[in-house]
Amino acid sequence: MAAAPNSGLMADSVKDAAIAALLVAVLGFFFFALRTDIGTGGLDLTYRWGMWFTAIAIVFAGRLLLNLFVFKTAKPVTSGITITVPAALTTVVGRFLGPVLLLMAVGLPFIVMVLFPDRDRQFIDLAILIMTYVMLGWGLNIVVGLAGLLDLGYVAFYAVGAYSFALMAQYLNIGFWTALPLAGLLAATWGIILGFPVLRLRGDYLAIVTLAFGEIIRVVLLNWYDFTGGPDGISGIPKPSFFGLDFSRTGGFAEYFGLDYSTIHRFIYLYYIILALALITNFVTLRLRKLPIGRAWEALREDEIACRSLGINTTNTKLTAFSIGAMFAGFAGSFFATRQGFISPESFTFLESAIILAIVVLGGLGSQIGVVIASVVMIGGIELLRNLGFLKEVFGPDFEPTQYRMLIFGLAMVLIMVWKPRGIISSRNPSAVYKERKKISSDMVAQGEGH
Amino acid sequence: MEPAMKTTPTQNWDTNVVLSVEHLTMRFGGLLAVNDLSFNVGRGDITALIGPNGAGKTTVFNCVTGFYKPTEGRIVMRHGKGFQSEKIEALTRTGRQFNDDGDDRVFLLERMPDFEISKRAKVARTFQNIRLFGGMTALENLLVAQHNPLMLASMMTIGGIFNLPGYKKARAEAIDFAAYWLEKTGLIERADDPAADLPYGDQRRLEIARAMCTRPHLLCLDEPAAGLNPRESTELNNLLQYIRKDHGTSILLIEHDMGVVMEISDHVVVLDYGEKISDGSADQVKNDPRVISAYLGVDEDEVAAVEAMIEMPPSERTPIPAKPAASKAKKKPGKNGKGGKS
Ligand SMILES: Nc1ncnc2c1ncn2[C@@H]1O[C@H](COP(=O)(O)OP(=O)(O)O)[C@@H](O)[C@H]1O
Ligand SMILES: [Mg+2]
Repeated sequence: MAAAPNSGLMADSVKDAAIAALLVAVLGFFFFALRTDIGTGGLDLTYRWGMWFTAIAIVFAGRLLLNLFVFKTAKPVTSGITITVPAALTTVVGRFLGPVLLLMAVGLPFIVMVLFPDRDRQFIDLAILIMTYVMLGWGLNIVVGLAGLLDLGYVAFYAVGAYSFALMAQYLNIGFWTALPLAGLLAATWGIILGFPVLRLRGDYLAIVTLAFGEIIRVVLLNWYDFTGGPDGISGIPKPSFFGLDFSRTGGFAEYFGLDYSTIHRFIYLYYIILALALITNFVTLRLRKLPIGRAWEALREDEIACRSLGINTTNTKLTAFSIGAMFAGFAGSFFATRQGFISPESFTFLESAIILAIVVLGGLGSQIGVVIASVVMIGGIELLRNLGFLKEVFGPDFEPTQYRMLIFGLAMVLIMVWKPRGIISSRNPSAVYKERKKISSDMVAQGEGH
Repeated sequence: MEPAMKTTPTQNWDTNVVLSVEHLTMRFGGLLAVNDLSFNVGRGDITALIGPNGAGKTTVFNCVTGFYKPTEGRIVMRHGKGFQSEKIEALTRTGRQFNDDGDDRVFLLERMPDFEISKRAKVARTFQNIRLFGGMTALENLLVAQHNPLMLASMMTIGGIFNLPGYKKARAEAIDFAAYWLEKTGLIERADDPAADLPYGDQRRLEIARAMCTRPHLLCLDEPAAGLNPRESTELNNLLQYIRKDHGTSILLIEHDMGVVMEISDHVVVLDYGEKISDGSADQVKNDPRVISAYLGVDEDEVAAVEAMIEMPPSERTPIPAKPAASKAKKKPGKNGKGGKS
């Protein structure tokens, strides 16, 4: 008796592994086994049977082992592995994580200057980039995390913000600080204009149409050559001034304050601008969450029909979420324009939307700290992978680590999603408390449209 | 309006009407779900809408609360006393949704979008498959129900962002009001628990509490007793009686459990295949042969026998081969009952 289920398991597992191997054989035939190169007078065909067989063998063996020990057995080996974190630790970390991160963020440029004196520009620039994504993540979190509207075209509003400032600077000679609120306002207006027809759709339709709108904006920017410069983009976008002081060699910030001129001043200044913008985004979001409008967003994510039965105008509620999210993207966009000094439609592709969405989803829908962690890991991680020079020591001089960047990155994402399907920080803080504040586990929280 | 079976000369629902459904017809493609239905809901009454499964009860609710646009017919909601016929006729001719004079407003619900019906006409509802905000606490659920007044108090969010005193006060009052209803529904201990965590019976009561937080004139409950145990059922009866007495809220409920219906309703309307087959006090309806035949699935000539049995105390009844029609399906307390028709 005892042997029977075991042999059944073996047979099942082998069969399953064989099917997987067959699939790899079919699919891999064109990718692994055949290789075409452009040669003289046509294409050269080379056969790589070794590679093909190796791939099949790896899949067969891997699948077989997984079947035997995880998928099909009664006692998967993984069942023993549970990562338990003591509750006391998580609450302590939960309480102090925010303030500690904030302090670190505020002191960051100086920490970097002390620790890495010769690479400080590079690191501060990276911090600026990460902070931009934090801000974008927080903005998108309003739309996706709170209101539960899956927006795949968020980058469109980032583009609107960037181009608003760039065009205003080019045609009207308007400076950054004047353009910033206008860019936010314009992006919010576009949010309403696009949102009005789109937000009647639900679920997957909403996701697809927002994606399309994102692309439309990019394509318009690309093709309206006379106005936007098309693929050439816009260059010479002015840098922000510090209360009227430029960061120039003479007569600027450094001279006024009696400092030695250094380009790092401008980096630090830009860093603090984006830090302030991001913190404003965070502050406003946290406040809105506790206000009736924010609660209505979350209710909308939970159940739209119930919302309407309670007298909530769901169209307006969605529009506010959409346009406030767009506004913050607009701010971030004009910051991006001023930081880069040059923008073109290249910077606003769908990939950008996907990265921002990934930050929000990985961080945990609706979680503000989660967005920070996910941005640091994703954006910082991608940059870090560029610097994997030491791997050359291991794999020999031909090994090019940057080529594997996206592979490692993808693997990391899959792992996080397996380990924490609801994102890194997966609990919800109630917006109002009667007696005792209790965290709400994310299994109960609905994800809204199109997830 | 409606030539009901008038055994007693005047009934509250003939003279003091809060809601009148007039010649309501609802068609889904070829299916006639509600056919030329007319009935009144008396102010301060508990009115029961009963009928076998698929009779069209929920469809009537969805028409009243604006979730469906009726194919034909008129649905009038009155805030003021009396029938106000001239005012309603005048309003009907104008093409407007409601008239704006003071407290005596009348509303033509078939013209209004769903959220306006709750917001202005003050008709609140619950759903056959519970629709709570599962990931939000019980308290938050009740605060969402007070969205519109809170929104005004927060000056459309601007005053709220700066936490102006006016908003702070309104917020505290809203929490007090929510706590009051949590108290009344016996849920105050669970105020800070997510709604999805509550047992089924509690979820039903929380949904009623949430509807009451919109301060309705008319509360529509779709099978509130479905899936409740006898003790919870009794508690529910008490709650409904309390709502009616102390808040003067009229109640329209759909119910399968005849025990509940007979015990608490002042007025019963019976639907079958989308048509009204009986309308009157609980006693009148109970003895109406058409109701018995529809409910028990027997021919009208067998009714006498059935009637005799109904007179008996329940313990002595021999079971009648029950039709699934009147079966009380226990529904799963779905976390977010999306997709389901209600
Ligand atoms: N949205 C809809 N589309 C099509 N048919 C519907 C819809 N809603 C209800 N119906 C049909 O109308 C009839 C009455 O349904 P319903 O009002 O839910 O009955 P009850 O609540 O009395 O059990 C049923 O035949 C149902 O299938
Ligand atoms: Mg029903």
